[in-house]
Amino acid sequence: MKKRYASIWFRHLLTDWLTLRQPELKQVPFVLVAPERNRMIITATNELAKKQGISKGMAAADAKAIITSLKVIDDLPGKAEKLLVALGEWCIRYTPFISIDLPDGLILDISGCAHLWGGEYEYLKEIVRRLKDKGYDVRAAIADTPGAAWAIARFGKDKPIIDPGGQVEALLKLPPAALRLEPLMPERLHRLGFYQIRHLIGIRRSALRRRFGEGFLLRLGQALGNADEPLQFLQPATVYAERLPCLEPIRTAEGIAIAIQTLLEKLCKRLQSEGKGLRTAILKCYRIDGETVGADIGTNRASHSVSHLCKLFELKINTIEPALGIELFTLEAPNVEDVSPGQEVLWSSGGCGLDNADLAELLDRLAGRIGAKNINRYLPHESYWPERSFRTARSLTEKPVISWRSGRPRPSLLLKKPERIEVTALLPDNPPMLFIYKGEKHVIKKADDAERIEPEWWRRKRPHRDYYVVEDDQGRRYWLFRSGHYWDEDSQWYIHGFFS
Amino acid sequence: MPEAKKETISRLQQDILRWQGFALPATGGAKRIGLGPLEDAFPNGVFPTGTIHEMLCPTQEQAAATSGLLSGLLAILMRQGGVCIWISTGRRLFPAAMEGFEVAADRLVFIDVPREKDILWAMEEALKCEGLAAVVAEVSEISFAQSQRLQLVVERSKVTGFVMRNNLKKLSTSLCAARWQIVPLPSKLKDGLPGVGYPRWQVDLLRVRNGNPGSWQLEWTADGFTSLEETVTEIITTRQVG
Repeated sequence: MKKRYASIWFRHLLTDWLTLRQPELKQVPFVLVAPERNRMIITATNELAKKQGISKGMAAADAKAIITSLKVIDDLPGKAEKLLVALGEWCIRYTPFISIDLPDGLILDISGCAHLWGGEYEYLKEIVRRLKDKGYDVRAAIADTPGAAWAIARFGKDKPIIDPGGQVEALLKLPPAALRLEPLMPERLHRLGFYQIRHLIGIRRSALRRRFGEGFLLRLGQALGNADEPLQFLQPATVYAERLPCLEPIRTAEGIAIAIQTLLEKLCKRLQSEGKGLRTAILKCYRIDGETVGADIGTNRASHSVSHLCKLFELKINTIEPALGIELFTLEAPNVEDVSPGQEVLWSSGGCGLDNADLAELLDRLAGRIGAKNINRYLPHESYWPERSFRTARSLTEKPVISWRSGRPRPSLLLKKPERIEVTALLPDNPPMLFIYKGEKHVIKKADDAERIEPEWWRRKRPHRDYYVVEDDQGRRYWLFRSGHYWDEDSQWYIHGFFS
Repeated sequence: MPEAKKETISRLQQDILRWQGFALPATGGAKRIGLGPLEDAFPNGVFPTGTIHEMLCPTQEQAAATSGLLSGLLAILMRQGGVCIWISTGRRLFPAAMEGFEVAADRLVFIDVPREKDILWAMEEALKCEGLAAVVAEVSEISFAQSQRLQLVVERSKVTGFVMRNNLKKLSTSLCAARWQIVPLPSKLKDGLPGVGYPRWQVDLLRVRNGNPGSWQLEWTADGFTSLEETVTEIITTRQVG
């Protein structure tokens, strides 16, 4: 089949995008600038600025001299590529093969696609209309080669669609710049008198190669269709989703459970064959009355086990309100990871470690009801300050990097916030003799020396703490501290923990 | 004749134990976990795993003492690399203290349940997971029916469960293997040196299914649990148990 290509040129890609984001820019001439050799050089202009004679490559200072009200905005490096990728993914509705053409275009391989829109003319019109509706100023063309389509989109004057085999004739009238040459090449050709491509066609290849190099010949050949042009196509993210339309609206919990089971079986079969498992799944139920209800689940480790995922959804079924009935179920897995298949254990050590699949499934079930943020594991953290001496583990299998600080004893129970107590203590730094906590008087019989804990220097906002391990007359052991020096005005005694 | 009778009686006792959900000790290889004389109070002289233990801790100090003893027990139960799940509403357990009891704190999974009524549900779910070293839940109270449910679950999964309850107003019979009460005792350092010594508790077993209740004094030292010589025979109850 004869190949056909479409080229889309976004004439003001970045400025159009900025105008979409900030509608007030529509009435203002503005430019994007980037520093280059100690000067601010214009990299993009909008339509208004262009009309008044401002072009790419001018210095920002010169442009300001032309239009005093010119708005100058810093360029966003890399933004153009991101935008083009997003636009390319949007264009996948027109063809599966889309290539990014930096800095400001897309090339679509449309072989065998155009007839679905009723011919190439309608096809191109549709694309241009949809993009213009979005707010992008575009020009597009269709030809046999990407190079010719590129040239016609940017320099063509007559018609945007070049009939099969007609690209040579169409290119003849265009300037050499339409050949996608290196930056200074068009000017050089112009100086030598090559005003149109037609002047180049009749010259021997060896002469052209000697004067302008191999790259020039390649570009010429690609535009005329004598040389191949490999394109790199976008790889759209694969979507893991299943849908289940129902003949009769579903109104019962059992019906919903069966629907979920069916969807999960389909999805898990596909995940399993690809060696993947899902981390999150979103169920959406479309009701007859037009409302959408749903539920979502998350797992601690990637899973494609139907029974386990079913159990997680079962906890959520009673939150789904079917009202008059549900006519369509969709299940989507936006977060998918590779699954490492479990190895058979010959001699089990008798316990189930943190990497055990049963434990992960248990925690998923618990998380479904009480929330994943309420399930924590703690690892040691490099800090003496008691509240900061541990941190939450990021994943179920994260191992501690450092060991827990051993040395001075730590209480079994730690109050989340130290509580104030009334204390009688000998000055300057004797342990307390008695303290009153929650109305009860504790006479202290034994105590250890103070342990001074200071906050780290980079967060020295609070005073240091002098901790004492004390035991009262009934053998109950406490962790008390005085914040600050005893002579400080705001020095205060607190209870912070209970020893076992 | 008396010989034969004795044999029958001991067989019947074993049967009763089995029906009540006690795993029979493997032939001669029953492992003691080092609680000293306290362990003799349990049936067959072995600390029963795969059952539910009930621990009374009405005050913060007793809760701390119970956490200490429990940490020592967990260290033994988790020795083979198992995971322990700790369920509570207002958790105050300090992970950094677990190192002192030789517990690998990174293998403790804490579940902070926002509502009190979900604790026993979470505990039941956790007990169903075979292979866990232990499940600890801090509840305010547990009814007979609830303890029955938990017991039925652990009979299948062989996980050890600990229930720490702090509200003793509705203390009723339960199907737990043992009811513990741990009270802190004044510590002593060698040769009367000043300062706070090793944690020391009076451990009362108020009820032991098929065992003998009693009271013992334990100390946690660098070598693990140490039983103290002067055992108190009478049980000090802080509250009337009924």
